Amino acid sequence: MRWSMVRAVVKADLYRLVKTRDYWIPLLILGGIFFVGMPVILLGGIGLVEQNNVVTQIGSIVGSLPDAIQNNLQGETPTARASYAFAVYLLAPIAIIVPLTVSSAVGANSIVGERERGTGEFLAHSPLTVREIYLGKLIASLIPGYVAGVVGFGLYSLVVNIIVGPKVGGWFFPTVGWMLLVLWVVPPFIAIALSLILRLSARVRSAASAHQASSLVTLPVIVASYGVASGLLYSPVLSASIAGLIAWIIAFALLASSTGSIRRERLLGVSGDL
Amino acid sequence: MVEAMSDAISFQSVHKQFGDIVALEDVDFVAPVGSVTVLLGPNGAGKTTTVRLTTGALIGDSGAISVLGLSPITDGDEIRARVGVVPPKPAFYDQLTGWENLQFAATIFESDEASAKAAAERFGIDHALDQEVGGYSTGMRTRLALARAVVHDPEVLMLDEPTAGLDPESARAVLDLIKELAGRGSTIVMCTHLLHEAEGIADQVVLMDNGSVRAAGAPADLARSYMANPVVFIDAEDRSDLAVLSEFDGVLTVTGEGARRLEIDSTDRIPDIVVELVKRGIRPTRVEPLTPTLEDLYFEMQRHHREGS
Repeated sequence: MRWSMVRAVVKADLYRLVKTRDYWIPLLILGGIFFVGMPVILLGGIGLVEQNNVVTQIGSIVGSLPDAIQNNLQGETPTARASYAFAVYLLAPIAIIVPLTVSSAVGANSIVGERERGTGEFLAHSPLTVREIYLGKLIASLIPGYVAGVVGFGLYSLVVNIIVGPKVGGWFFPTVGWMLLVLWVVPPFIAIALSLILRLSARVRSAASAHQASSLVTLPVIVASYGVASGLLYSPVLSASIAGLIAWIIAFALLASSTGSIRRERLLGVSGDL
Repeated sequence: MVEAMSDAISFQSVHKQFGDIVALEDVDFVAPVGSVTVLLGPNGAGKTTTVRLTTGALIGDSGAISVLGLSPITDGDEIRARVGVVPPKPAFYDQLTGWENLQFAATIFESDEASAKAAAERFGIDHALDQEVGGYSTGMRTRLALARAVVHDPEVLMLDEPTAGLDPESARAVLDLIKELAGRGSTIVMCTHLLHEAEGIADQVVLMDNGSVRAAGAPADLARSYMANPVVFIDAEDRSDLAVLSEFDGVLTVTGEGARRLEIDSTDRIPDIVVELVKRGIRPTRVEPLTPTLEDLYFEMQRHHREGS
C-alpha cells in the first residue's frame, strides 16, 4: 500500500468536490437545517412558551423521561429543564444523520461516477492498485461527512449554549456523552454505511441507481445509529465506549471485505455482473 | 519471468469473452520494440479489448500475453507503470484544470511536475493548463490526453482512436505528434478504423475483424501477399481503343470502363505496353503504376477473407 497514491486519489476527489457547488451547497443547506435551523426553532420556541397549559405539558413530557436523565437535567423551571432535555438528549441523532447523509451522497457517486465520466478507464490503466483506489475513495467519502459532523457539532454547541445556557446557569455543552458520540461512535457508523455504499457504487450501472440503492443502505444504518445514539446519552461513558468499539470492529470487518468490490473491469464498465 | 525483449508486446492465442459475446478469438500478434503497430479494423473488431488486455485492465480467458517481458495477470501494476494509454474518448475530471489533471497523473505514475510541464509543452496544451478541462474543445482534450499518457515517459504507448472526433487539422497535428514519438524510439500501438491515418506511420499492420486477426505484417509484405500482381492504370485520348489492352503480353486482367485497371505479371511490362499502344496509334494520357495504399490493401484483404470463408 502506497499512501502517497491513496493521498493523490483523496486529494483529487476532495478538490473536485469542493469545486462542484451543485453538490455541496444542498449538503450545506441540509447541515444548516439540522444543526442550526431546527435547534434554533425548537429550543428558541420552548423558551418563548408562556402559556400555562403548554408549560404544564412540557413539564409532563420531562417528567416522563427516565430517572437517570431527570437526575441529570439542569435548570430550575420546567421550560429550562425541557430545553436542556431537548438539547442534550432528543436532538442527539442529528449528529449521525447529517454526516451519514453527506458521506453516503459522496460515496454513492464515487466509483460509478468514475465509470460514467469515463475517468474509470484512466484509473483502470493506471498503476494504482485496486486497494489504493478503494481506500482513496473511502477516505474521500468519509472526510466530507466527518467534517460536516464536527463543524455542525461546533455550530450546534454554540446554538445550544447561547439559547439554553442562560436558563441553566451557563454554557454546558458539549457533554461527555456528546463528545463520545461525535468522536468515537459516529465515525464507525459512517464507515459501516460507506463500506456498503462503495460496494453498491462499484456494482450498479448508473449514479442514479447508486443514490437510490444507497438510501436503502443508509436508512437502516441511520435507524440503528439513532437508537444507539439516543441510548448512549442516557448512560454515556461505558456504553458509548463499548458501542463504539463494536461499531469499529464491524466497520473494519466490512471495510476489509469490501476491498474486492472494486475491480478494473468494473471501472471500465465491462464487468459481466454490472 | 523476464523474456528477451525483442517484442514489446506479444499475444498468443488470446481469447476473451463477455458473456456470450466473443470479443477476441485466438488473437496472435507481436509488436516489436521501437515499432509502430497499427491495429486496423471496423468498430467492434476487438481493438479496444486488445488494449485493455495489454495493460491488464482486463484479463483474458485463455492464451498468453507478454508486455515488456511481463505478464499482465501477475505483473499488471508494473506494466501499467511502464505503459501509457490514450483511450478512445479521453475523460478527465472536468472541474479540475488541465494542470491539476496532469499533476494527478504525474503523481500516480510517480513522475514529477517538470515532466508534466514538458509533456504539456510537447503536445501544445501548455497555454490552457490553468483552464478547467470542462471548457476544453475535443482537440484540446486529445492533446491533454496525449500529454497525460506520456507524463511518465512510457516504454509503450497505446493510442485508441486518437483522432476520433477531431477536425482534419487537429487530427493531422496529432498524427504528426505520434510520428515524432515514434521517431524517438517509443513502441507505439495505435488503434484506428481510418485507413489513411495508418498510412505512412505503420511499421506493421494488424488487420482485425470480429475479434480475430485477419492478417498481420509490414504493409509492404502484406501488399506482396494480398496483391501479388502489380497494377497499372492506363487512360487514352480515345478510351474505346483501350479494348486492345487485354491482348498485350503480360496483361493478366483488365477492368474498368473509362481508365483501365490492368493487373500485369511484372512492372517491367509497363514500358512495353506504352510502346505497343503508340505503335497502334493510340495516344496514352495516363500511365500510373499503383502503389498500394493501406486502403487498397485493407479491402483486398477483406475480399480475400470473404472469399476464403
